[in-house]
Amino acid sequence: MTPSARQLERERYRRRRTLTRGAVAAVSTIVVIGLLVYLVGTSPGWDRVHRTYFWWPDAKAAFPDVARSFWLNIRLFMVVEVFVLVVGIVIAIVRVIPAPALAPVKLIAILYADVFRGTPTLLIVLLVGFGLPALNLTGMPTSLFWLGAIALTLSYGAYVAEVIRAGILSIHPTQWASGRALGLTYGQTMRHIVLPQALRRVAPPLLNDFVSLQKDTALLSTIGLVESLRAAQVISGHDFTFTAYVVAAVFFIAATIPLARFTDYLTVRSLRRENGIVT
Amino acid sequence: MSGSVLRADAVRKSFNGTEVLKGIDLEVVEGEVVCLIGASGSGKSTLLRCLNLLEQVDDGDIWLGDAEITDPRVDVDAIRRRIGIVFQAYNLFPHKSVLDNIVLAPVKAGGRSRAEAAATAHELLARVGLEDRAGAYPDALSGGQQQRVALVRAIAMRPEVLLLDEITSALDPMLVGEVLDVIRDLRSDGMTIVMATHEMAFAREVADRIVFMADGRIEESGPPEQLFTAPRSPRTAEFLARHRS
Ligand SMILES: Nc1ncnc2c1ncn2[C@@H]1O[C@H](COP(=O)(O)OP(=O)(O)OP(=O)(O)O)[C@@H](O)[C@H]1O
Ligand SMILES: [Mg+2]
Repeated sequence: MTPSARQLERERYRRRRTLTRGAVAAVSTIVVIGLLVYLVGTSPGWDRVHRTYFWWPDAKAAFPDVARSFWLNIRLFMVVEVFVLVVGIVIAIVRVIPAPALAPVKLIAILYADVFRGTPTLLIVLLVGFGLPALNLTGMPTSLFWLGAIALTLSYGAYVAEVIRAGILSIHPTQWASGRALGLTYGQTMRHIVLPQALRRVAPPLLNDFVSLQKDTALLSTIGLVESLRAAQVISGHDFTFTAYVVAAVFFIAATIPLARFTDYLTVRSLRRENGIVT
Repeated sequence: MSGSVLRADAVRKSFNGTEVLKGIDLEVVEGEVVCLIGASGSGKSTLLRCLNLLEQVDDGDIWLGDAEITDPRVDVDAIRRRIGIVFQAYNLFPHKSVLDNIVLAPVKAGGRSRAEAAATAHELLARVGLEDRAGAYPDALSGGQQQRVALVRAIAMRPEVLLLDEITSALDPMLVGEVLDVIRDLRSDGMTIVMATHEMAFAREVADRIVFMADGRIEESGPPEQLFTAPRSPRTAEFLARHRS
């Protein structure tokens, strides 16, 4: 079937419009970036900024130490992300279950969410990192790694629990009713029908919290963990430039990019699957 | 009855290489009620969605009045304001009250004042017997009430033509009647309507013309009496026989 002349003309027009729009976007991007580079490069302070923050020899010198200690940040956030997800799901479920017998547990869950969401993460890190070992409790880990992991889990678990709870509550009641009507128990309906939909729906804000968590592993430098921020601090203490900090920043940014792309991927996939939208 | 309100000329549409509309010619004149019937998957919804530019046609023209709306240079939003559409379900915005559902577009897209839009909304709600539910939220309404509100919301924009896609087929039979009553009422007001439906008896009663679609083509079209009692095409006859039982 050959398209009509009119359709061919429409397609030509659309192609032309796409090209024009692409050209406008490209030209305006180049102009804006060029202007920015020019303005920054010719500003009177640029030379000092360049030497202090972006000095290539310093960056090369700082790289091995910062990279090695960033491995600690990675281990920390990998472990904590798993903990946080578990804590978040458990707390969220406890808060939405309508069982009267669970009232005291629900109360604890509410208290936990309120307290740990309201307390600055740095404060929790200090309380756990210095406070817990001072108690001399038996069985309490004394390694800084695990103390740090506990502190971050407490703080982020409270955030994530709220996000997941909001997701669960956003699932249409008919989904619950359909599950129960098929003879599934409350738990089965939650596990197989509601929770999977809820987690999918809140994946973007959830991953957002994880990005934030990855950055907050730097807070653990305050209790003496030599992670990458601390390593950068040591280096810049020697030579009084801040390039080592910038190197550490680049590592943090690089570590969040996979999460950001993963979030995009999940969003697009669920749109395509559930709404037939092709992007 | 006078000029053509909506016209499709040789409209084609494919999804993933499968041709769903294989050259549709259809003209709807002012005040006419056209019912699209046909088996599931014959392309009724796709045609309606193309008519209101929710889908981009692959070929052919669609005319609204004397404007060719398949021209990529047209302002799609302005065109859609002139065409009302109601779907099978999920029409209403669940986070807005009935009144807010109705006045949203007239105020935001139609440039009317809120007071004027609200006055119209109350008047229209009274006509469909829902004057006391203006403050209710959609989830608190029955399916039939929701569809009546959806109809009111569509006509509150004073469209030149109303497209209805099986708006009663998600409803309990008890509730179908109250929605069909609204359509009868709109018809007697002279509203131009194109509706896809499985309600054969209603189509026969209300339509000026029945269009039978099969496999993405218009197999037969004509006045209801002729088409229902003496279909020319064997496919039409077979379809009608299956739907009479
Ligand atoms: N977005 C889409 N992507 C891919 N295929 C589609 C899409 N929309 C419709 N189709 C296909 O187009 C064909 C026609 O669908 P359409 O919804 O127009 O039929 P219909 O006549 O309205 O049927 P029904 O009476 O069941 O509502 C079907 O085979 C359908 O699977
Ligand atoms: Mg359909």
